[in-house]
Amino acid sequence: MKHPANISLWSVTRHILLIAGAIVMLLPFVWMISTASKPPSEVFSSELHLIPHRFALWENLQVAFAKANLWRFLLNGVIVTVSIFALQLLVALPAAYALAKLRFIGRNALFALVLFGILIPPQATAIPVFLLLHKLGVLDSYAALVLPFTISVFGIFLMRQFFRNVPDDLVDAARMDGISEFGIVWRVMLPAAIPAVTAFGIFSVVAHWNDYFWPLIVLNSEHLRTPPLAVAHFRNAEAGTNYGALMAAAMVIIAPLLVAFLLAQRRFVEGIALTGIK
Amino acid sequence: MSDSAATIGSVAVPDAVLPRPATQRKRLSLTPYGLVAPALTLMLMMLLGPLAGVIALSFTDYQLGAPSLSWIGLANYYEMAGDKVFWTSLRNTLVYVGIVVPGAVMTGLAVALLIQSGTGLRSLYRTIYFLPVMATLIAMAVVWEFMLHPQFGLVNGLLREVGIAGPSWLQDRATALYALCAIGIWQAAGFNMVLFLAGLVSIPKQLYEAAEIDGASSAWARFRLVTWPLLRPVTTFVVVISGIRSFQVFDTVHVLTKGGPSKSSEVLIHTMYTEGFEFFRSGYGAALTVVFLVFILLLTLIKSAIADRGIQQA
Repeated sequence: MKHPANISLWSVTRHILLIAGAIVMLLPFVWMISTASKPPSEVFSSELHLIPHRFALWENLQVAFAKANLWRFLLNGVIVTVSIFALQLLVALPAAYALAKLRFIGRNALFALVLFGILIPPQATAIPVFLLLHKLGVLDSYAALVLPFTISVFGIFLMRQFFRNVPDDLVDAARMDGISEFGIVWRVMLPAAIPAVTAFGIFSVVAHWNDYFWPLIVLNSEHLRTPPLAVAHFRNAEAGTNYGALMAAAMVIIAPLLVAFLLAQRRFVEGIALTGIK
Repeated sequence: MSDSAATIGSVAVPDAVLPRPATQRKRLSLTPYGLVAPALTLMLMMLLGPLAGVIALSFTDYQLGAPSLSWIGLANYYEMAGDKVFWTSLRNTLVYVGIVVPGAVMTGLAVALLIQSGTGLRSLYRTIYFLPVMATLIAMAVVWEFMLHPQFGLVNGLLREVGIAGPSWLQDRATALYALCAIGIWQAAGFNMVLFLAGLVSIPKQLYEAAEIDGASSAWARFRLVTWPLLRPVTTFVVVISGIRSFQVFDTVHVLTKGGPSKSSEVLIHTMYTEGFEFFRSGYGAALTVVFLVFILLLTLIKSAIADRGIQQA
């Protein structure tokens, strides 16, 4: 049996270790905010201090927004992630419903293809998809950013698993009410699958908000840049000269997702942990 | 919406199933194909077609914009075998995976065990450790770059305090790859922690009590007898996933070092990007992709072997 003193000693040790680790985890965030709040004279000083002597966050943000069209890039991020997720649902839900609830020849083969598709890493198809978009003449457009991701085999798989647990009676009753099969997908299955759709939505939006590889490949125009691309370009233009503004820009880019995460932590952790199933 | 679903659900279903009219059966037999058609088309266009395409391209000399292409058999692979950059890149990738996987798995496991071993502040710790997973990696890479700045960076500043002259981390060929590894571990640990926490929660409490009755009095003995064996499938799973993810390392490399200095941090996907999208040598880039795919496939096979074993045990 444990002694109470033992337990409290362990409890203290546990907190010390976890706090030490937490400091390392948080350090980049803290240093980012600290640097974004410093005027250049303090950024370029070998003397370390966390709290700026003169608080310059506002100026740095102004410089960041003046040098890069951050609002536009954030808007691009929203347009791209929302379009991808909406189209993913539009494509995946009917397929998932058919795979889960309908009998047809080729169903097992199709499901096997879905499972196989999950194993293909996105980098593997980059060159042919790029050539395809080049042939279609849609490179350097929103379409180039969105189109390749409209199909989410992982989304189909996830929704199919969830739909299988929806009672057949529900589907049969809807059929008897005269609802078409397509209608059943949106009026019966979707409402029943809101938790799974939410988790998949978080997974999808986080993945594509943070994606750097694909936008880097297909974009040229400045006005189409997504947030990660914008940070990278800002860095290439400003690094070594204006770290305060660069850190302010980084803050702006990561803020939307971090705020959403802090507001709905449990859902986010679940949504991202889904990638573990992949 | 969910209300209407509930009402539909509560409608009484007649015991005797009504025979369906022939027309309805016919309609039903075609609709599944209508429902899956968009998904199947896009899958072939964006996933399976391109996968076959990348393999086929790797046997050609195609360059973007070239009027024609010809079948050159294994020439791309021969070129690769004789290319020093490829071997450096492959070695660096393996070093990266070899460091980041154990680092991020052990950190994730340690943090999960520590969080689960007490009750205080659980969700706060979980949130903090998960933060790097959420934050846009490109933005955080830029922050890390400044933290690793040889002169004004936090890391070297702290080292100076204790009398050590830190290197120019990302500009020094002896340290660049390892600095990227550190960022990789920092970013992935929280993700692994979440997977381990899920595994730990599923271990029945009674097993610990039973172990204690059987004389496993120390925490270490309980860990060795109960936690570790029951967590092994999760651990293997996390190792494989971390392996697959670290094989794909690209973002930090492209923004911070471009594979330099003098190829010391060049990795597979970055080489593929350079060949395929900067020099537009699609054929050679495709061959590099195939090599990358072979490694991913190996890891995936390990994963499914484990998953199958798990199902058999259950």
